[in-house]
Amino acid sequence: MTEIVMSQTPPILHGPSEKERKYDRQLRLWAASGQAALESANILLVNSGAGTVGAETLKNLVLPGIGRFAIYDEAQVEEADLGVNFFLDDSCLGKSRSQSLRDLITELNPDVQGTWYPNEGVKTLESLLADSPVFTAIIYTHPIRLDQLSQLKAYGQQHKTPLVAVHSAGFYSYFQINLPGAFPIVDTHPDETATTDLRLLTPWPELVAFAEGLTKDIGGLDNFEHGHLPYVVILLHYLEQWKAAHDGKYPTTYKEKTEFRKVVQDAARTGNPEGGEENFDEAAAAVLKTLVPPSLPSGLKEVFEYEHSDPVEQRSGFWLIADAVKQFYEKHQCLPLPGKLPDMKAQSKVYIQLQGIYKAKARKDAAEILQMVQAAPGGERVDPAEVDLFCKNAAFVKLINATGGGGSSSSSKISRADRLKSAAALEFANDETAAFTLAPLSLLPIYLALQATAHAVDKPLNADGILAVVAEQAPGAEQNERVVQAAQEVARAAGGELHNVSALTGGMVAQELIKIVTKQYIPIDNTCVYDGIVARCQVLRL
Amino acid sequence: MTSTEVHPASEPARWVYLDRIRTRPGPSTNPDVFSPEAAAAAMETMKILVIGAGGLGCEILKNLALSGFKDIHVIDMDTIDISNLNRQFLFRQADVGKYKAEVAARFVEKRVKGIKITPHNCKIQDFDEDFYMQFQLVVCGLDSIEARRWINATLVNMVDEDVEDSYKPLIDGGTEGFKGQARVIIPTITSCIECQLDMHAPRAAVPLCTLASIPRQPEHCIEWAHLIAWDQEKPFPQLDKDDPEHITWLYQKALERAAEFNIPGVTYSLTQGVVKNIIPAIAATNSVIAAACCNEALKIASNCAPALGFPEANYMMYSGNDSIYTYTFKHEKKDDCPVCGQLARNMDVDPTWTLRELVDSFAARPEAQLKKPSVRAEGRTLYMQSPPSLEAQTRPNLDRTLVELGLEEGQEIAVTDPAFATVTFKFKLKFKQ
Ligand SMILES: [Zn+2]
Repeated sequence: MTEIVMSQTPPILHGPSEKERKYDRQLRLWAASGQAALESANILLVNSGAGTVGAETLKNLVLPGIGRFAIYDEAQVEEADLGVNFFLDDSCLGKSRSQSLRDLITELNPDVQGTWYPNEGVKTLESLLADSPVFTAIIYTHPIRLDQLSQLKAYGQQHKTPLVAVHSAGFYSYFQINLPGAFPIVDTHPDETATTDLRLLTPWPELVAFAEGLTKDIGGLDNFEHGHLPYVVILLHYLEQWKAAHDGKYPTTYKEKTEFRKVVQDAARTGNPEGGEENFDEAAAAVLKTLVPPSLPSGLKEVFEYEHSDPVEQRSGFWLIADAVKQFYEKHQCLPLPGKLPDMKAQSKVYIQLQGIYKAKARKDAAEILQMVQAAPGGERVDPAEVDLFCKNAAFVKLINATGGGGSSSSSKISRADRLKSAAALEFANDETAAFTLAPLSLLPIYLALQATAHAVDKPLNADGILAVVAEQAPGAEQNERVVQAAQEVARAAGGELHNVSALTGGMVAQELIKIVTKQYIPIDNTCVYDGIVARCQVLRL
Repeated sequence: MTSTEVHPASEPARWVYLDRIRTRPGPSTNPDVFSPEAAAAAMETMKILVIGAGGLGCEILKNLALSGFKDIHVIDMDTIDISNLNRQFLFRQADVGKYKAEVAARFVEKRVKGIKITPHNCKIQDFDEDFYMQFQLVVCGLDSIEARRWINATLVNMVDEDVEDSYKPLIDGGTEGFKGQARVIIPTITSCIECQLDMHAPRAAVPLCTLASIPRQPEHCIEWAHLIAWDQEKPFPQLDKDDPEHITWLYQKALERAAEFNIPGVTYSLTQGVVKNIIPAIAATNSVIAAACCNEALKIASNCAPALGFPEANYMMYSGNDSIYTYTFKHEKKDDCPVCGQLARNMDVDPTWTLRELVDSFAARPEAQLKKPSVRAEGRTLYMQSPPSLEAQTRPNLDRTLVELGLEEGQEIAVTDPAFATVTFKFKLKFKQ
């Protein structure tokens, strides 16, 4: 039953490579697979305005080793740049800002390639977009010219490229991610404590047999053996007893579970020298958490119910596996077993055997799903490792931008303008009751005020000018007192950035791009607003 | 103290964005404390101390230099390692082995004209209160809880109610992976780092008997190699966790142990992670947290907007694992805080424990986290870690129970630890039934 984990010959000892040493602290977060994805990414920054938030974002992507980047920035370096942007110095004054930024940012990591535009050969954004290899993602900073924005949007749609708009001014900032379609993530890195799935209410024959073998003479075990029964085995044993006394039913209500917990607690031996048994303590503590019937988590439910509008998307590995997992779920009324056994007090050999039983069942489930995948058209191309990963994480799979993507269905075509209006109505209604609910106040006013200056390329707007634009975009909002204040605060900055706010925002944008590029962890959906006065963020779907 | 080489007022064009905020009030600016002319001028002469020149420290130095601070000191005893280069962006391959504080200070000084950064390549404990008294603000970017507790206790101790300048606001940042926190402490006024200690509970240690006889996880095999095999075999005179040869020895031992028990998953990287207690770290998160700290520094120094800790929320939690989530709240000051409170803190103990069991329990208690505690009760010395003569004299007490030592329910004990020389931790014993 136990797995052969090592061959007879001693394993080859190899220390980490130079690159593994350099990237050690991040490989612990996204592993070699995430690193490989980063290293094959090619990011475009279209930098305008005061230009610091874009530079700070790039810094945070170049350091962990993004493959390549390009900066498009039409500005020349001015005095004001040197008071806010760390990747420019006195020697850059009067030179092309994109070239200077490229030089001082590539210095951070010799593994990264950077290019700058406009230059002798490529003079406009339009020609850059037409002539470059496809970008993995594009970041653009506000304020941006409308014609350039529409070029970027067209490019994003054509190449299915994620676009990230970033705006930082004074104490405020926001960024907004525009994904080209529904964005599924398998490797979501849930908190370890959330991932325990022991199937104690639906044990399979091998597990039942193993538990019975250890507990058939539970009263006759010596204190050492009794005190080292794994809590999984203890719970399975007393669940059987419970069922026998309760018409074959498991404890399901809270009351029954606490009664059952008492049964387990009382079964611990107290006459031993320790005056109790840790493994029974562990068993009792696990009752409420682990005695739960299988259910379908909301994230996966959304995946199962997702209606495709794009046939190409539908034949991708993720969706073929999702279909198979759905079939599996309908057939067995449970998800594939992840197969991970938490640590628990037990003898080494017994624990390893039990771990082997969970792993074997997980492999069997994954094999069944792989078979289903391969039976589907196009399924033979799917990487079995991808199936394994999905099975291990099935309960935590997440779909981002489910309604905004797919490219067609009419519901997804609710215009951004309408979404903004309904979001404003909802947020302001919440704020009315915030005094009672103690919920933090909405940061939508900041978004509205900043967004009003998104194309103020030539001249910053004053507060009245900002409110006039807000009135067009979310009629009535311009009357809201907090919107008026936000407009005054945005006017105070007059398009200028504060380094701290841009560094903070650049950090968040880089985190999000790392998540999108590596397809690990969960990106925001879809707008994050930051208020540097109260030191707080809010994520809104706009 | 004004240094002559600093003359930013002559470069208004350079600081135009900052000055729009520093010299013009916004709707949330408090007019009672904000003075448009004074803010920038005050920052010209203000002395600010940065503790740590690592992942957070590099960012903090850059941010302060671009926030209008002109006279910055930085303390860090460490030298640069190759694994720093993925985020500590002031360092290059050629700097490996040099002092962090030194290299970071020179880099930022060279990049941002008109500022002075004084590096101190040493421990914070090497300085006394006179040194710390010269600063108006302290910004901390450390990965060690112990160093944070030390500077916190020192700054709280320095407060003299009659001297306004003796209150040194402490701004502290910390990160782990995609998560982090930024907090502002006004010594004796707001909740302090010691008040908040239980938010950073130590990881539960694996029982020694598990390591010794029933390992189940790869970590158990590694800890066995680290804590047991190393001491038995002493392959090198002293374990150096940064020496690859030493780590390789532990890895090899852990592998053998794992093979014996059929335990999968021991790798070099895991060995290094467990032995050095490595916390994952990336540039992006450091950027977020350091900037959150320095934004508070700018607000405190200029009064251009209300800062954390004055007096409402004083703590911002940040998490980027699942979307982005921040929680900004007021952490309440604790009356029984051993550093800034007046009362003894309740401590549950079992009266049948030996003094040794009590002494050993201090390390793991989230509210204490003391590794070398000495214990006194009502003027009686129960156990002293040093000097050796006193240790020998009090050692027999370790095997006596609390009851045998005459300790009673509700009694106060005083605990000291060499890591926090200025603090006496007062605990009130609560006997378990
Ligand atoms: Zn305190």
